[in-house]
Amino acid sequence: MGSRASRLLREEEIEEIKKETGFSHSQITRLYSRFTSLDKGENGTLSREDFQRIPELAINPLGDRIINAFFPEGEDQVNFRGFMRTLAHFRPIEDNEKNKNPATEPLNSRTNKLLFAFRLYDLDRDDKISRDELLQVLEKVDVEQKMSIRFLH
Amino acid sequence: MAASWGFTLFLCVLLMVCRGLSLAGEDPDQTLSSSGQVKALNPEIDNALSSNHGTTGEGGHAVEPITTLPIVSWKWHHVTTPYLVALWILVSWLCKLVIEANHHVTSVIPESALLICFGFILGGMIWAADKVQTFRLTPTVFFFYLLPQVILDAGYHMPNKLFFTNLGGILVHAVIGTCWNAASLGLSLWGCQMGGAMGDLDIGLLQYLLFGSLMAAVDPVAVIAVFEQVHVNDVLFIMVFGESLLNDGVTVVLFNVFDAFVSLGGPKIDAAEIIKGIVSFFVVAFGGSLVGLVFGLLISLLTRCTKNIQIIEPGFIFVLGYLSYLTAEMLSLSAILSIVFCGMCCQKYINANMDENSVQTVRYAMKAFANGSETIIFVFLGISAIDKVIWVWNTGFILLTLLFVLVYRFIGVFFLTWILNRYRLVPLEFVDQVIMSYGGLRGAVAYGLAVMLDENKIKEKNLMVCTTLIVVYFTVILQGITMKPLVMWLKVKRAAVTEVSLLEKLTNKMFNHTLVAIEDISGQIGHNYMRSKWKYFEENWMSWILMKPSARKKQDQVFDVFHQLNLKDAMEYVTEGERRGSLEFVRNENSIIDFKKKSESESFDINNANMSNDHGAIRDPIPSVSLEMHEQIMKAVREAEAINAHHLLDQHLYKSRKQHRHRFSRSHFDINRDEKEVQEIFQRTMRNRLKSFTSAKMGVKPPKTIVKHTQKEQQQKMPNGKSMDKAKTSYSGDEGSEGDSASGYDQSYMRATYRAGAGIENPAFMPDLDPMDLLQIPPWLGESELDSSMVALSHRAQVDLPRTPSNLRRLAPLRISTRSTDSFTLENIPDTQQMDSDQLQPPPPPPRPPRDDGYV
Repeated sequence: MGSRASRLLREEEIEEIKKETGFSHSQITRLYSRFTSLDKGENGTLSREDFQRIPELAINPLGDRIINAFFPEGEDQVNFRGFMRTLAHFRPIEDNEKNKNPATEPLNSRTNKLLFAFRLYDLDRDDKISRDELLQVLEKVDVEQKMSIRFLH
Repeated sequence: MAASWGFTLFLCVLLMVCRGLSLAGEDPDQTLSSSGQVKALNPEIDNALSSNHGTTGEGGHAVEPITTLPIVSWKWHHVTTPYLVALWILVSWLCKLVIEANHHVTSVIPESALLICFGFILGGMIWAADKVQTFRLTPTVFFFYLLPQVILDAGYHMPNKLFFTNLGGILVHAVIGTCWNAASLGLSLWGCQMGGAMGDLDIGLLQYLLFGSLMAAVDPVAVIAVFEQVHVNDVLFIMVFGESLLNDGVTVVLFNVFDAFVSLGGPKIDAAEIIKGIVSFFVVAFGGSLVGLVFGLLISLLTRCTKNIQIIEPGFIFVLGYLSYLTAEMLSLSAILSIVFCGMCCQKYINANMDENSVQTVRYAMKAFANGSETIIFVFLGISAIDKVIWVWNTGFILLTLLFVLVYRFIGVFFLTWILNRYRLVPLEFVDQVIMSYGGLRGAVAYGLAVMLDENKIKEKNLMVCTTLIVVYFTVILQGITMKPLVMWLKVKRAAVTEVSLLEKLTNKMFNHTLVAIEDISGQIGHNYMRSKWKYFEENWMSWILMKPSARKKQDQVFDVFHQLNLKDAMEYVTEGERRGSLEFVRNENSIIDFKKKSESESFDINNANMSNDHGAIRDPIPSVSLEMHEQIMKAVREAEAINAHHLLDQHLYKSRKQHRHRFSRSHFDINRDEKEVQEIFQRTMRNRLKSFTSAKMGVKPPKTIVKHTQKEQQQKMPNGKSMDKAKTSYSGDEGSEGDSASGYDQSYMRATYRAGAGIENPAFMPDLDPMDLLQIPPWLGESELDSSMVALSHRAQVDLPRTPSNLRRLAPLRISTRSTDSFTLENIPDTQQMDSDQLQPPPPPPRPPRDDGYV
């Protein structure tokens, strides 16, 4: 773990990521080690090939779409921040985070989860799917549960 | 109301007759002993019959040598046992009939409570007639003949996914919760006895623990009976229900362990014994489950080969299920666990392997048996109470037991759930926990175990039996009655009664895939990972062994959903057509049909069709669908989406089948055995032929269609009058050869009785699918305007998937490309001389007329 990391994660970064995504310290370090193990090129970023090297993703029907979701518009590399930001969408919602203020919604709020799912549908990112329709369709789906993973500590 | 009173009177008369018969058949001296022996429903028939013969033979009532030929003789002794058995079953079921006649009563008081009350009445009548309670719920009868069906039904209809998702919680409650209940109850009662709250009762600690262990178990029969009327949300239900099923493993162990301890006596119990007790828990629980699993696999394998005996195919499930129960019982393992796992394991495979009719038979028969048994159990629970012999009253004991049972249940549930919630993704709410605690009903299992206590070892057996009865009555009657109001008052989340739409199901699937992918990326093994691994294993290994090959192919979920949707549409259409005189809505151009489901009981769960108990409701024409004619385009986005989903499925469906064919037809040309596809292609071919015939007959007259390419084609056809047939089919043949793998497929079709090349006009392969085309009148409809029978179609009918039964399989035609179905490539006119064979073949008989005007 330690020897493979080309760049150690600094405390300030961990703090920033913690504030932005809401992950705990141990979760961030664990995910960082996973990030570095995926990063074969050891340049601190992941490319699409790195993702495709994960064997199970190949048999996943949505594998491509999810990989695309990690990469922001037009770019081919994703750094750890971006990686964490995307993963943060899947954090379970905790009660104290459910605030009514839409401006400061955390990354794993219901809206952001939905945005993520929306982008999964919207492959070419040109907003073809109407958002209202999507929300109505997902009415019955328990989005908070369905799009949450219990990240290991 | 009058009818129900009539029934009640009839019941009383029946019972009097029955008692009279049994009295008449025996010597008056022997009455008491024989009635003591005729503990009815003890179907150790040899025993009973021999005892009867004994009474008739031994007593002064010896069979005298006959002096003349008896024309008719009274042979009551001959048929006593079976007759009484059948009579009691009839009486119990008649009670249920009476109860169900009054719905406003059953909505307040659950049926089980009413059945117990009826039991009281019947018991009272017998007591009045006999002064002795001749009929009781004996443990043998209960455990061997009444309980297995109920549990098999529970296991067979268990929602597996839901169960295994919550398995952790269920196990925690079942194991730890039951142990806690048993220990706390036993210890508290003992403490109270020491404290003198019960008068001068003297029961040892071990006996208290034994009593606690039999009182601790939540009873599945009672839970089903009470919860079925209160439709709480799925998770809550499965937690209580799953716990009630799985705690049998613990109950059996605890009961046997403490029973043995009581026999051994206090001083002999040392660490070794205790360790053995703990070990026996694991052995019993896992052993029982294993036995059930083995039998489940056996059943699945068996149904693979039962194609030729479809008549008795359903019987195998019952026999093997019962055998699994008995086998576990024989090996002193947990029988309930065995039969539950047997049912759970085999449900998927037998539903896939067996013929549709057999599946229905199994479902209905199981429900009938289970419900029937449940009824008998409750009636007899009531009857058993009216027996002066067993009643010992000790206020302190009884009241304290009641109190402790309730209190400790609450404490146990809340504590365990608090622990569980820290590990659950979706925590159980407080309200749900209240209902879970309140739903810890005790029932017949506890009573059965209590009666099985050995009187010699436990002097106060009668007291325990009485207490058990009182607790059972309390929970079933009182808690049963108050459950529904409590649920409503606390606003517990109820079960979803509306069907989840197709798109929502698809989205759910999409979410699952997403989660698995994210789990893989973030490198953790989670719930979804396990589930996908299991799915993979199951699809590739278990299905291979346990499912018939034909069933395996049909396992494609999307296809299944589509099939169910089509069936549903067809049934709705047919019933509505029958009701209103079909085509009324077709004639009215602007009207839109809105198929709205009225009754909420018609929850047709598509993916888990085997879960649906109300499959029969769909066949019932009257209440299921209500037609409302609107004069506007339908507003509901939902329905539009459903239609879009329909169309979406069209594309995917057809495509995927093509892909399968591609794989299968590499090495040899497979004659397609899929009748649906065959039928569809046949229909399409026939349609083409019909068109070609009609246009040939009509000659020059062009069709009144919007689609201009058909006109072009018509004009082109005119010059080659005779060869039009050939031309037409040649076009179709060409479009067939356009499909990549379809060529191999086509040649295989040559061997079939009709020219199937015409059928492979898969528009999926047409690149220019113009959405605008959807608005044009489909060519088959357009051209058939030559017929006078055609009516103007509503907007929806043009766009919508034709919903007639005969057009169920017509998947492709709705997607119209600019190229019509019969002249796909105008460029390929000079091609193909393969028509000679075609001309020599006489065309198959024309399809039935309804096809043409059956369009929506």
